[in-house]
Amino acid sequence: MDFLITLVNGLSLGGIYAMIALGYTMVYGIAKMLNFAHGDIIMVGGYTILLFIPVNPVLAIVAAIVFCVIVGVTIERFAYKPLRGASPLAVLITAIGVSTLLQSLAQVIFGSAPKIQQINLGALQLGQLKIEISTIITLVCSVIVMVALHLFVKYTKVGRAMVAVSEDKGAAQLMGINVNFIIMITFAIGSALAALAGLFYFLKVQTMTTTFGALPGIKAFTAAVIGGIGSIPGAMVGGLLLGVVESICLSIPAISAYTDAIEFSILIIILLVKPTGLLGKKRREKV
Amino acid sequence: MAMLEVHDLEVNYGVIRAIKNISFEVNEGEIVTLIGANGAGKTTTMQSIVGLIPKKSGKVIFQGNDITKIPCHKIVHLGMTQVPEGRRIFQELTVYENLLMGAYSNKDNASLKSDLQTIYERFPRLAERKNQVAGTLSGGEQQMLAMGRALMSHPKLLMLDEPSMGLSPLLVDQVFEIIKDINKGGTTVLLVEQNAGKSLAISDRAYVLENGKIVLSGTGKELSESEMVRKAYLGG
Repeated sequence: MDFLITLVNGLSLGGIYAMIALGYTMVYGIAKMLNFAHGDIIMVGGYTILLFIPVNPVLAIVAAIVFCVIVGVTIERFAYKPLRGASPLAVLITAIGVSTLLQSLAQVIFGSAPKIQQINLGALQLGQLKIEISTIITLVCSVIVMVALHLFVKYTKVGRAMVAVSEDKGAAQLMGINVNFIIMITFAIGSALAALAGLFYFLKVQTMTTTFGALPGIKAFTAAVIGGIGSIPGAMVGGLLLGVVESICLSIPAISAYTDAIEFSILIIILLVKPTGLLGKKRREKV
Repeated sequence: MAMLEVHDLEVNYGVIRAIKNISFEVNEGEIVTLIGANGAGKTTTMQSIVGLIPKKSGKVIFQGNDITKIPCHKIVHLGMTQVPEGRRIFQELTVYENLLMGAYSNKDNASLKSDLQTIYERFPRLAERKNQVAGTLSGGEQQMLAMGRALMSHPKLLMLDEPSMGLSPLLVDQVFEIIKDINKGGTTVLLVEQNAGKSLAISDRAYVLENGKIVLSGTGKELSESEMVRKAYLGG
């Protein structure tokens, strides 16, 4: 029975990781860059929710999504787009710079003291099982988001164009696909998912700081690499796997202190056995 | 009337001048071929015409409009589609999805079904494998798919870069038959080939490219009888 609760909690946390991991992996697959400022978009979403939740919870969610999309697309337009074709190292350093910028801005605006906001949605009592409502909402929403994203990529014109761009930018342009537009859409989707992840992560920790996005960000990045960076199903599998592992580790007192070490060790072991990640493909070298 | 005019095109690869002031034209209804050895600059020419790689100087005119500075993704909307060297089909998409990508630039999708039908009739193999992931197709099938994908955009000018590369002799013949057939249907063709014999046989006119320069031009027949072409490209 306890194990069932651990599993549900793990899948719920994994859903959050998966949503963030999708942002990392889609941007990597399509723009061929690691967006290390992605974690800070979660923080932007978190503060937006904190700001608007006294007004109206639904408005808070909508505002967070809209604002994160604007921030994400703006960052892409002004920080990353001018560097298209530049060395990957330059882009990486820029991303780290953007991350620092966002955290500093948040500190200027909201101060460095943590903000605590209690949100209690209650718990569900099923016989001996007691599960937080927020956990169930997180799990259900993340599944809906993942299914919707899968359908979008598979069955819409823009979604298929995303796959085409991630595989071969040149050939995609020859089809008439505007690569810059597709990259913008990718950042918009990634940022919207980060906003949702910010909401659910906030429901979990209920404390807001300027480095709110750092830990889930790095965990989700780990999940994306475990699943195979660039692979959308990989990010989902990696996220859920990491969430369940974390939940199991935390539920066993003897090893709970080593949870992070165990998670990152799993990354190392998987990369040793399968360097491309669980669902990653070897890309053929092009001449 | 010239459908495509290339004037004094120059392209650099880093510090190397890959294309040095070449000019040529393709008239409506023709099959025109650029022949040349490996590294002569054929693919560079093709890719710079559509804006896939930047031009240093020169002009490209398509149907009377200057398209020199038009970005690559807008070129296909004008009626000029390229089948790139190495086919470059989308390996992770199915055959059907690849064909849909070919129709990406089409404004209304009313004709999508009948377009697909036309492609499947021309390439029955693609119809048999329409739900197969394209990366699992054989080389010949991938070339058919690359051509079918390009035709989905209703090009007025079809540019083919080394369509016979890596194919068995039987398939090579088939590919050239298809190109002839596409041309008969009213599509102008610009072809780049290493297989000089086969391509000159179906060409109205041709240009010989050497070290980034055009060194000879003429009708397909003239060039296949020319001493220089026979020695360099037709094995005596």
